[in-house]
Amino acid sequence: MRQGRYPFIIGFLAIPVVLYAVFVIGPYVQAFQIALTKWNGYKAPEYVGLKNFRDLFEDEAFTSALWHHLWILITLPLATLVIALFFSFLLNVGGGAGKSGTMRGVRFSGFYKVIFFLPQVLAVAILGVLFQAVYRPNESGMLNGLLAKVGVAPVQFLNDPKLALWSIIGVVVWQGVGFYVVLFSAGMSSIPKDVFEAAAIDGAGRFTLFFRVTLPLLWDTLQVGWIYLGIAAFDMFAIVQVLSVDQGGPDNSTTVVALEIYRQVFRYSELGYASAMGVVLFFMTLTFAALTLRVTRRERIEF
Amino acid sequence: MTEITGLLRRDVLKRLGLVAVAAPGLSLLSACATGGGSEEGGTDVASDGDAKNPFKVDAAKPLNVVIFKGGLGDDYATQVHEPMYVTAFPGVKIEHEGIVEIGKALQPRFSSGTDIPDVVANSGTDLMDTGALAEAGHLQDLTALWDAPSVDDPAKKVRDTIMPGAVEAGLVAGKPYLLPYVSTTYGLWYDAELFKAKGWTPPKTFEEFKTLAETIKAAGLTPFAYAGKNASYYAYWMILISAAKIGGNKVLLDIDNLVDGAWTNPAVEQAAAAWAEINTKYSDKSFEGLIHTEVQTQQNQGKIAFYPSGSWLENEQAPSTPKTFKYGLAPTPSVSSADAMPYEAVRVAAGEYYFVSAKGENPQGGMEYFRQMLSKAGAKGFTEKSGSLTIVNGAAEGLTLSPGLTSVFAAQQAAGQNVVTTSLFENWYKELETELRRQTNNLMYGRNDAKTFCAEMQKAADKAKEDAGADIQTRAS
Repeated sequence: MRQGRYPFIIGFLAIPVVLYAVFVIGPYVQAFQIALTKWNGYKAPEYVGLKNFRDLFEDEAFTSALWHHLWILITLPLATLVIALFFSFLLNVGGGAGKSGTMRGVRFSGFYKVIFFLPQVLAVAILGVLFQAVYRPNESGMLNGLLAKVGVAPVQFLNDPKLALWSIIGVVVWQGVGFYVVLFSAGMSSIPKDVFEAAAIDGAGRFTLFFRVTLPLLWDTLQVGWIYLGIAAFDMFAIVQVLSVDQGGPDNSTTVVALEIYRQVFRYSELGYASAMGVVLFFMTLTFAALTLRVTRRERIEF
Repeated sequence: MTEITGLLRRDVLKRLGLVAVAAPGLSLLSACATGGGSEEGGTDVASDGDAKNPFKVDAAKPLNVVIFKGGLGDDYATQVHEPMYVTAFPGVKIEHEGIVEIGKALQPRFSSGTDIPDVVANSGTDLMDTGALAEAGHLQDLTALWDAPSVDDPAKKVRDTIMPGAVEAGLVAGKPYLLPYVSTTYGLWYDAELFKAKGWTPPKTFEEFKTLAETIKAAGLTPFAYAGKNASYYAYWMILISAAKIGGNKVLLDIDNLVDGAWTNPAVEQAAAAWAEINTKYSDKSFEGLIHTEVQTQQNQGKIAFYPSGSWLENEQAPSTPKTFKYGLAPTPSVSSADAMPYEAVRVAAGEYYFVSAKGENPQGGMEYFRQMLSKAGAKGFTEKSGSLTIVNGAAEGLTLSPGLTSVFAAQQAAGQNVVTTSLFENWYKELETELRRQTNNLMYGRNDAKTFCAEMQKAADKAKEDAGADIQTRAS
């Protein structure tokens, strides 16, 4: 077995690694280089040192995009995870002990699982069109149509600079919850049933079951979910592009870094400046992932 | 005119990646970017005054034509202009490409210097930055074309057969690099049949506008609306046109030339205040969340009285316009009796830009293709296929025009010499233009007043001036 092991491994890995290096790592490295230049994509690039990075922090649109990422980073994972945890607890354990003494979910939980997961399979473009109709600012919109029935004046979900970002975060939460319900359900089913049963026999109610038993044992899964959502919070490009007023508006109230990159490249032909934004985004994402892993590190419980 | 493209982030990164992968190492990259030719660009094309073939086109060379396949379609190229070119040079081969996302398809071809098309209709949401193209020497100087004998009358130069101001509209960094082919008239559009039935007449002053708006509102219609989601520029056109009417075209020239204090000019502030009042009082804030087609359809359904747009509107809305709906064009109302231009003044702009690649295989062919486009037959065919008028004088004679185009003609006749000039900063300084969209929505939906609007725009213009540095562009007329 030992003989020929390395050629075997190399044979398998060579092609993917080369592809990865050329199509992923290569462009990344190039972006760092281009970030130091002024380049319009047509003419030879001209080195300007760190000027692009200095300009970035005077750029009003870019700095407001950074603030938006901070808000999204706080609210998106929190809202999604709390809702998903609640649902998956109900689906898996919330029904209490069954006849044979095993824990069950609420009635029809299989059906609910499918319903919750459904938004996940929708493409962002479809989501955009869908929520365009949901949020439509007059009575023909779904929400405003309902509000009009109870006599509330139309809410300007996407037109009000104070509401727009939250409306968009709402869409992302709505779409994301299903995936995490399934993820946490898988996590919960890997927790041995005896643990729940033992706790239930000792008189633990649903509340105690959730906070004292389920949550600690799910910590690893939760951590993964947090990182995924955190990284998603640094993106948001597609949904903002299709849903927001005036692309990132009104009044830049929903813009995100990726959208600013897009604008710099495709509207202003500032490829160097856009790359500088990309580099900042890269480090932000990396720092976030590293920090989260550090801060949330806990003792593992082996079953 | 615009379409929303749901471009995914992945696409963007992919493209960035493609550009980068195409040339590992910046040294290689720059080698690609300059594409083998010199920085200053390709062959000099001259006209020798020969009425048949002034640019000495080699019929053995194929001509690669790229047409933006958007609102105007590309039938006018495949069925009118390209056959004309082939008739003029029998046996010549034409490679036609109809493309929607011009920038995505062509930018890599220009930056790598391979397979550069000869003629490009640079239009649509994803058009290429012509300033950047000009800087890299990719645009062919069209001076020889404007001085060449025209197809219809060899005694006349091409520049004398087209609308005044069209050559200037195609200037980039002071050189005539672009051909703006379509003539567009801007103003307020309404349903002439509906107005006739109700006994309403388009207002000549903002005072009349407000009085009529009350009547319209009482009749259950929204008096005025534009689409804030993606077409806030329709509204800033109206503001700029009114500013020019108040203070003369110089107001707009100053804005284009980034003159200090151009935006804080009282004419701009008055115009902004007048339009902001109309939109905050006689429109609805829900329109900020709608796209242009949604608002236009509402107008077709008889829910909106006035809609600001250009003369492509009728053609764009043709599929959803009921038979009873007859588009009519009204000039923007006068702000005061002291306005520099009369009520009848309208903006007639040469737009839809075409260019010939200086570093392509066949710039001579491209110039000749343009000369054919600018013949009466070429222009007439274009109007028939696309429903838009061209810059070619008298080309629409003998054509049966739609109600909308008929009213455009009438408006142009009434305006005479009182033509509001086009704003070129929209293409020259994209960042300034983006800021204007944002500030227009802030103004029109009541978040800012006219004074703040002017101050914010002045700030953006000052920044544009600083960024442009020595590359600042100017126009004299």
